[in-house]
Amino acid sequence: MGRLRSLLIPGVDKHLLVRDAQKIMPDLARRRFIAGGASLGALTLLTGCDVSDSFSAEQMLKQVSKFNDGVQAFIFNPNALAPTFPESAITKPFPFNAYYDLEDAPTINGKDWKLEVRGLVDNKKSWTLEELYKLPQVKQVTRHICVEGWSAIGSWTGTPLRDFLKLIGADTRAKYCWFQCADSDGYNSPLDMASALHPQTQMTFKFGDEILPRAYGYPMKIRVPTKLGFKNPKYVISMEVTNDYKGGYWEDQGYNSFSGS
Amino acid sequence: MSSLAASDQHAVSATTAIQPAWVRIAHWINALAMVLMIMSGWQIYNASPLFAFKFAKSITLGDWLAGALLWHFAAMWLLMINGLVYLALGFITGRFRKKLLPLTPAGVVSDVKAALTGRLSHDDLTTYNYVQKLLYAGIIVVGVLIVLSGLSMWKPVQLHWLVALFGGYDVARYVHFICMSAIVLFLAVHIALAVLVPKSLRAMIIGR
Repeated sequence: MGRLRSLLIPGVDKHLLVRDAQKIMPDLARRRFIAGGASLGALTLLTGCDVSDSFSAEQMLKQVSKFNDGVQAFIFNPNALAPTFPESAITKPFPFNAYYDLEDAPTINGKDWKLEVRGLVDNKKSWTLEELYKLPQVKQVTRHICVEGWSAIGSWTGTPLRDFLKLIGADTRAKYCWFQCADSDGYNSPLDMASALHPQTQMTFKFGDEILPRAYGYPMKIRVPTKLGFKNPKYVISMEVTNDYKGGYWEDQGYNSFSGS
Repeated sequence: MSSLAASDQHAVSATTAIQPAWVRIAHWINALAMVLMIMSGWQIYNASPLFAFKFAKSITLGDWLAGALLWHFAAMWLLMINGLVYLALGFITGRFRKKLLPLTPAGVVSDVKAALTGRLSHDDLTTYNYVQKLLYAGIIVVGVLIVLSGLSMWKPVQLHWLVALFGGYDVARYVHFICMSAIVLFLAVHIALAVLVPKSLRAMIIGR
């Protein structure tokens, strides 16, 4: 951040500056994953056909990824449970994983924190941690699988999200629960409603029978054992029930949006 | 020269191709799909290596993890659909039975000896020797295993029974890697032999 700040010019609105810069620069986050790879656009150039920017390998891969979202939603069995393990199988120490170091993880004061609820719900009241702790909780020992390939078994305890959705009168015909987090870069992630209603999807308040430590998302994370790790948001500050696809921190950079297991 | 011409005429007069069109089409689609899967797979491996090495970026596809995953999960359709069509036709047409069977340990041993002493004949491309039978049958089994272990990692909850069959998610990762290694080794031998016996490469392109 310090490096970015030094680039700013006093008296210049940084938002306007960024917007202007975006007009000139290609979206690197979107483009980097295909850099160096062959594009179908280049092939059409060779054959002398009209080259349109939309006909590229990148565009094709995105279309296939959307198709894969559909395939995964289709084969998702709402009753198939993630395998559970005995406590002895829990990975110790359970890894801390984020795109920042632990020291840069959000520090949240549980007394001030509130879960904001928005969108297609009857009761939009915000919830304090004390109120959430009073809801019935269940424990699960399941495997957390990272998009990178590694996995670790952990013990998570909290309230089934579907119970909470029922409690607040959420429209469960809506397409997504969209979560926003306290991370400085504004981590967020959409969760399809079928996965949100899965019996093991949980608003997690404890890890290993202890209050969720900062490393694992204090005060609340959403544990979704039917999704890859990056779709298990930590440090959650709000939930919106919505029909709109609002994107997500990693999803926008090219990771498959459904990323279900 | 004359013997080459004679063998050409023999092939033409036989009218049936050494490699029928469906085999050639499936072979080259598979070749493309395998290269895409292996190169993107190496990039995915680099995100969380199983062993104390990484693949050089220059031989990987996708530039970073998300790009590699997009390639991997796109090329998998090509690999799986083409593979299923190939397996179905292989069984239906009786090609697997005719070309790959019988596969006896004694036959493999004697042909391995012959190959190592340089006495294994390649004159008749229509019939596979026991080393070829073993490699071609073996690589089909490896191909099935790499797809099944890959599916286990892609859908470890929906396909938890398949994951259990492999002995767990972590084991499936190693199986996937070992199968990839076997395919890369096969490829090295396969390409070397195709270069040594160019008429086999020609048969896989034009059929004769």
